[in-house]
Amino acid sequence: MTNNMDLNIYRRRRLANFWGLLTSMLAMAIGLAVLFWILFVLFSNGFASLDWNMFTKDTPAPGTEGGGLRNAIVGSLMIVGLTVLVATPVGILAGIYMAEYGDTSFTANTTRFVTDIMLSAPSIVIGLFVYAIAVATLGTFSGYAGSLALTLIAIPVVMRTTENMLRLVPGSLREAAFALGAPRWKVSLSVTLRAAKNGVITGLLLAVARISGETAPLLFTALNNQFFNSDMGSPMANLPVVIFQYAMSPYDNWIRLAWGGALLVTMAVLLLNIMARIFFRNKEVG
Amino acid sequence: MHTTFPTETHPMTTSISKINFDAVGRRQRFQDAIFHRLTQVFSLLVLLALVGIIISLLINAWPTFQKFGFKFIWYVEWDIINEEFGAAIAIVGTLASAGIAMLFAVPLAFGIAVFLTETCPVWLRRPLGTAIELLAAVPSIIYGMFGLFVFAPLFADYIQMPLRDLMAGMPIIGTLFSGAVNGMGILAAGVVLAFMVLPFVAAVMRDVFEITPSILRESAYGLGCTTWEVVRKIVLPYTQKGVIGGVMLGLGRALGETMAVTFVIGNANRMPTSLFSPGTSIASTLANEFGEAADLHISSLFALGFMLFIITFVVLAFAKMMINRAEKAKGF
Repeated sequence: MTNNMDLNIYRRRRLANFWGLLTSMLAMAIGLAVLFWILFVLFSNGFASLDWNMFTKDTPAPGTEGGGLRNAIVGSLMIVGLTVLVATPVGILAGIYMAEYGDTSFTANTTRFVTDIMLSAPSIVIGLFVYAIAVATLGTFSGYAGSLALTLIAIPVVMRTTENMLRLVPGSLREAAFALGAPRWKVSLSVTLRAAKNGVITGLLLAVARISGETAPLLFTALNNQFFNSDMGSPMANLPVVIFQYAMSPYDNWIRLAWGGALLVTMAVLLLNIMARIFFRNKEVG
Repeated sequence: MHTTFPTETHPMTTSISKINFDAVGRRQRFQDAIFHRLTQVFSLLVLLALVGIIISLLINAWPTFQKFGFKFIWYVEWDIINEEFGAAIAIVGTLASAGIAMLFAVPLAFGIAVFLTETCPVWLRRPLGTAIELLAAVPSIIYGMFGLFVFAPLFADYIQMPLRDLMAGMPIIGTLFSGAVNGMGILAAGVVLAFMVLPFVAAVMRDVFEITPSILRESAYGLGCTTWEVVRKIVLPYTQKGVIGGVMLGLGRALGETMAVTFVIGNANRMPTSLFSPGTSIASTLANEFGEAADLHISSLFALGFMLFIITFVVLAFAKMMINRAEKAKGF
């Protein structure tokens, strides 16, 4: 009797285990299937529309054939490039402060908390903010405004990864440098930061990957431009906004270009992510 | 050379005694102070940005708040021509689409995290985990395009139609699943959003599950627990706060997402009456209308943005607090 009951309990537990693990495996299968489905759609549509004109011709007028994405590609590169130039020093120095000086103070803790929130804050609101302070006051949409919006998104990413990486550097390294009489700024810049170099580069690459695909903050800042333009003081074409406008349009040619642009952006983002991983793995080995 | 260094009592070689230690010390202290303040200023930029965002949005939204007062929040109207604005339609659309997204994404993400930490063969863990993380990095506009061109037509034919026919006779549920079957609408936006936040939530949950000390896990196995029992009775209670935090982080993302929603929600400024009816979210309203807005309209859009920022800020702050607490518990 008891034996039989024990066996029943045992069977029930085995069954629960079986169903639980089966559903978790199913969840994994569903998740991977959906996500690879999305990538498959992107790659098949993207490669089908990819050609040389995409890199050598500018965005076409509505309803016309041909054309490419040259102006949008150049615009995106310039906007992201300027963002990297500004966000790198600011983010790294801020990260140094958080790791070296910001252990206990209330302001540092608040800053850390706010930075974590800004990491996930809705990017369209950042766009609104930059519109209010830069576009509305200067009276023109511009590549600079777009870059400012992206900088505000990139800084928290760089800052947090820099801080985390600096905290991994052993304290004995710092103490050894201090014992030699090195001033604090020299210890931070040429000892700790150098030791954490790979990790910091990882953070930078992830930040670039993050901002490369951002569309919402560029909608009301960089706007768009049908023509080639290398003046960042005026509205500038950029890949995400072109993709958005073209994908929503009724013209087949525009939709084709949107898929091509989407493929380019996604490839860039994935490549940056993979590079970041390789950098970080080097650090773990060395 | 006016050094205060007592050279008489400390006989030194000439080369060292020539160094002005005071001056060097003073210079280094000065440089350090500059470095300290400089880095501090840069780190405070983030706080400044936060304050700036709140103030600038409030200033620009002021005409709207002045005209409609608190009524703006629950006023069901978005009439651009007659300049009557209320946030209710967009707020309902935002909450409904994000809620639906979490409804689908959370169980799936939980399953994925359990699989990756418990059942998956060890050699597969890293590649599959990396795949999930890479997919979390895919720009949201890709999810939007996928939703519009591929998902919406299939959704209309294979999900909306059967659901409508199945539920048609039922009293309350029937109306929830009624309306035009074109693949767009609140439910479609919610599902596409679910796809987008799924890898993100799954990655956070996996990281949280890995916090569980292996001693606890192994003790449970040693007592004869099945894998499922270890997950339900050891891992989940231990990581409860972190899991809630991860879910809230995903919710914060879903609430503020623009591109994945704008493509499929239908963009109609009407109160949605069913899950199939087209609606609008705060972010998609901003994306669609900001370009050609003026006067009170633009101010109302700023007011919407302000409300979105406050809502997501509260959700994300709560998430962060939960995760911080979970990480503090790691020390045991």
